[in-house]
Amino acid sequence: MAREALSDKIFMIGNKAVLGGLLVILLYPLVYILSASISDPMLVNSGKVWLFPRNITLEGYSRVFQNGDIWTGYRNTIFYTIFGTFLNLLLTIPCAYALSRKDLTGRGLFMGIFVFTMFFNGGLIPTFLLIKSLGMLDTIWVLMIPGVVSVWNLIVTRTFFQSTIPREMEEAAEMDGCNHFILFLRIVFPLSAPIVAVMALFYGVSHWNQYFSSMIYLTNRELFPLQLVLREILILNELTALMLDGENMKAMAEQARIADITKYAVMIISAIPMLIAYPFLQRFFVKGVMIGSIKG
Amino acid sequence: MKLAGNRAPAQRLPVRWSAGSLRKMWKNWQLYVFVFPTLAYFILFHYYPMYGVQIAFRDFIPSLGIWGSEWVGLDHLERFIHSYYFPTLIKNTLLISLYQLALFPLPIIVALMINELKNGMYKRIIQTFSYAPYFISVVVMTGMVVAFLHPQTGIINVLIEALGGKPIAFMTEPGWFKSIYVWSGEWQNLGWGAIIYLAALTTINPDLHEAATMDGATRLQRIWHINIPSILPTIIILFILNMGSFMSIGFEKLYLMQNQLNMDASDVIQTYVYRTGLLEGQYSFSAAIGLFNSLINFALLILFNGIAKKTAKTSLW
Repeated sequence: MAREALSDKIFMIGNKAVLGGLLVILLYPLVYILSASISDPMLVNSGKVWLFPRNITLEGYSRVFQNGDIWTGYRNTIFYTIFGTFLNLLLTIPCAYALSRKDLTGRGLFMGIFVFTMFFNGGLIPTFLLIKSLGMLDTIWVLMIPGVVSVWNLIVTRTFFQSTIPREMEEAAEMDGCNHFILFLRIVFPLSAPIVAVMALFYGVSHWNQYFSSMIYLTNRELFPLQLVLREILILNELTALMLDGENMKAMAEQARIADITKYAVMIISAIPMLIAYPFLQRFFVKGVMIGSIKG
Repeated sequence: MKLAGNRAPAQRLPVRWSAGSLRKMWKNWQLYVFVFPTLAYFILFHYYPMYGVQIAFRDFIPSLGIWGSEWVGLDHLERFIHSYYFPTLIKNTLLISLYQLALFPLPIIVALMINELKNGMYKRIIQTFSYAPYFISVVVMTGMVVAFLHPQTGIINVLIEALGGKPIAFMTEPGWFKSIYVWSGEWQNLGWGAIIYLAALTTINPDLHEAATMDGATRLQRIWHINIPSILPTIIILFILNMGSFMSIGFEKLYLMQNQLNMDASDVIQTYVYRTGLLEGQYSFSAAIGLFNSLINFALLILFNGIAKKTAKTSLW
């Protein structure tokens, strides 16, 4: 293509410009939080910090470090994420492998049972009552057992196995008298590192970010994950302050000042593992979506 | 995209129980061990609640159990439909859903635009950063919205004042609620939502584009006549899935953004179920409302799947 039509050139310039603008809109809030978290809160609140940090201070961070709730939450979230993800993988990967085998009688029926739950469910209340009757309220299990397998992830993993594990290899192994357990552990599992990485990430992120199950099922503060602590700091306190009148506002001035200093620092601290991991891991996420989308 | 294996079980079911298939099952018993824990999980945590949803038709009293509680039929549903909240809940649920539906084409447009970029730095940067917001938790996301829109200290209101306007109490003003909710969601999900269409676009045969270029087609014409028709099946599938959750608004974020002052605009069926059921303990009443909501979703899914099957020959099953 030596000559591009003029309309194409205009189109391409416009296209690049619009996408550039979109990028700015998507990233600006993130940059702002980072700058605001290390700037003097007085300057942040009066709008003097809009892109780069000013009068750099780490007071926000040191306040956050003094907050015991955040530490407990952080510790709990790390535990739920690691242990929860382990359980997710323990169920999802072998099941997906079995479902990828064409010689598994009844696999259509199993898939039907699983997929149907994506479209219809008993709802919040019957699920809550079940969990209550199982005695799981206020235990660590409630954050790891319900939701231990996601149908979507199961489908993605099954697709991966269908397209990467050659049938001949399985047959050869069976000829040699290899049973399914050994076949899976010695041959299939070592070949599935990419899908294990993708699934660990998908499940891990959802554990790290979830707040809703813990809000419904936990009352013991010792078990609260980070997101529930953040909810109190970032949303409940802020909204309560918004609804107070002027008089009460003054009484709460000191508290409000502390809240202002800490809120941006807290956002950054909660996202640190993600910020560090993101550049390395983002392509895995994309891979996961791609596997799921191209012929499921 | 096709959710394979998702063929109606009825078509597959008549497994012929010949000696051969039994022998095969016996030979493969270890594979069933792989499936069993997951199957048990789905039956206990997904199918048992579907069975438990019958409390929607009873006056559930925990000490009497599901079967011991009195059968009252559709009483709860009727009470809901005649309740004072019903019109507001339906209105808010529908308006927010329609608002979101109107933005359904945005990730498609973004994917088509990114697809036109030449492979290189710029394309990589746009892609990498466009889905960064997706990984922010809903709590932090809502915290950001609250902070940015704060009437005195939020950056948006500082800007409005600098331009000579009056600060707006966005979070407590019902008129702003739906826009804040929907657009903050779009900010978070746009780039992520585009990936699936980008994946579909990579499967297009480059020969098609070459031939069209030879014939003098412009980029816009090629997008319109080649790219869009090629990804249409993906679009249709995602649209059907979208309709299957039409009445289920991303309620985790909505619940966080809700407060007493914006309730008129932010109260939807699901937040009402949560309030009446878990906070007030009216289990049967709220289970009935939840069931009503799920049934509408399910009906919409079947309806749109049927339409797509008839008109576009693409469907979930």
